[in-house]
Amino acid sequence: MIGVLRRDLALAMRAGGGFGLGLSFFLIVVVLVPFAIGPDTSILGRIAPGILWLGALLACLLSLDRILALDWEDGSLDLLATAPIPLEGVVLMKAAAHWLTTGLPLVLAAPVLGVLLNLPVPGYGWLTLSLALGTPALSAIGAFGAALTVGLKRGGLLLSLLVLPLYVPSLIFGAEIARRGAEGLAIGAALPLLAGISLASLAIMPFAAAAAIRVNLR
Amino acid sequence: MKSIWEFANPKRFMQLSQVSLPWVAGLSVLCLVVGLVWGFFFTPDDFRQGATVKIIYLHVPAALMAINAWIMMLVTSLIWLIRRHHVSVLAARAAAPVGATFTVIALATGAIWGQPMWGTWWVWDPRLTSFLFLFLFYLGYIALWEAIEDPDTAADLTSVLCLVGSVFALLSRYAVLFWNQGLHQGATLSLDKEENISNVFYFPLLVSIAGFVLLFLALVLLRTRTEIRARRLRALMARERLA
Repeated sequence: MIGVLRRDLALAMRAGGGFGLGLSFFLIVVVLVPFAIGPDTSILGRIAPGILWLGALLACLLSLDRILALDWEDGSLDLLATAPIPLEGVVLMKAAAHWLTTGLPLVLAAPVLGVLLNLPVPGYGWLTLSLALGTPALSAIGAFGAALTVGLKRGGLLLSLLVLPLYVPSLIFGAEIARRGAEGLAIGAALPLLAGISLASLAIMPFAAAAAIRVNLR
Repeated sequence: MKSIWEFANPKRFMQLSQVSLPWVAGLSVLCLVVGLVWGFFFTPDDFRQGATVKIIYLHVPAALMAINAWIMMLVTSLIWLIRRHHVSVLAARAAAPVGATFTVIALATGAIWGQPMWGTWWVWDPRLTSFLFLFLFYLGYIALWEAIEDPDTAADLTSVLCLVGSVFALLSRYAVLFWNQGLHQGATLSLDKEENISNVFYFPLLVSIAGFVLLFLALVLLRTRTEIRARRLRALMARERLA
């Protein structure tokens, strides 16, 4: 299973595998926001936590179909499905690789982009923490969405339609943590709830995704 | 005692639904006409809300059926995944657009009701927001059915999506409660209350709810029959081509 992880990481790093793509998309979204809203720093500071969360979510969404599409095309998904390791584990490792190549860079880049949006100082720590806790769920849910649409010719748009409603709870809690942190309020129950969603997604989603892959490989 | 699984046989299902469909449809029209006419013309105006309260006879039953349609899809999807009865999953497929329509009706009537009462067409109230999510889930489910060519693959994948979607729909329901306080009133109807609303409004409401349930049943029966016929037609054409 570690082998699968290392293979996916190597593929993402080398073959022009869209490693920096999500990050660049995140940057562009954040840069475009002031043009749409206006350069008023007080307004930008107020909406910064939400914009950063939304941007990270969309950047994550952008690279989801790559989790399985390449393996599906060259047939290595069939080999992985018949390999002696459980398919659920393979999916989990693929989600982990997606998180390491997309989610983690987003988490690290978010505070830097927060400067552009004039994010209030107490918000930086909470924003990074909420993204670090929330993005694993995005990758795990995304792997399920990718598994559902892997056999389709033009699955990209459908993938967004299927996955975005599933992202809603993570977005609500994550953006709430960042917002409360930025305004200096007590964080409350949002933090354990976000972590709970991430843990539950990591535990359950590989099973649903593996079931979907088996159906698609039939 | 016959087993309920007999109706999973498409032939039995077609026979039974052929007999029952006109009755269900007729009863539904009767209930809807009686409930709505009674509600609209023969009940007094509410002393605070005036005549606008009468939209309740459309709003509450539609909202009720929007949720129940999803629950029905959940159950039939489970039956498909466990026992692989084709009629079951076809019924789920047939129910989805009907449920989506009910969701839209509930949202639209709610907006029309909210405008004079709350002074706004839309607020990001937990109930309203969850209904919007429900609509998105319906859309995703229908889109996945449309996108996949092979019927059995489509049935399996949409069923899995329905299960996962149910979990996340519930999760979103409670997440939005956390996120924003509501403007919407509490539940209109619940079984454990002595008197839900004044009987003058209650009885016509019950009749129109019965009408909506029967309407849903009739539409699902009709659409399931269409799906079964379409599938038979496809099988016949495939056989023709082989011969």
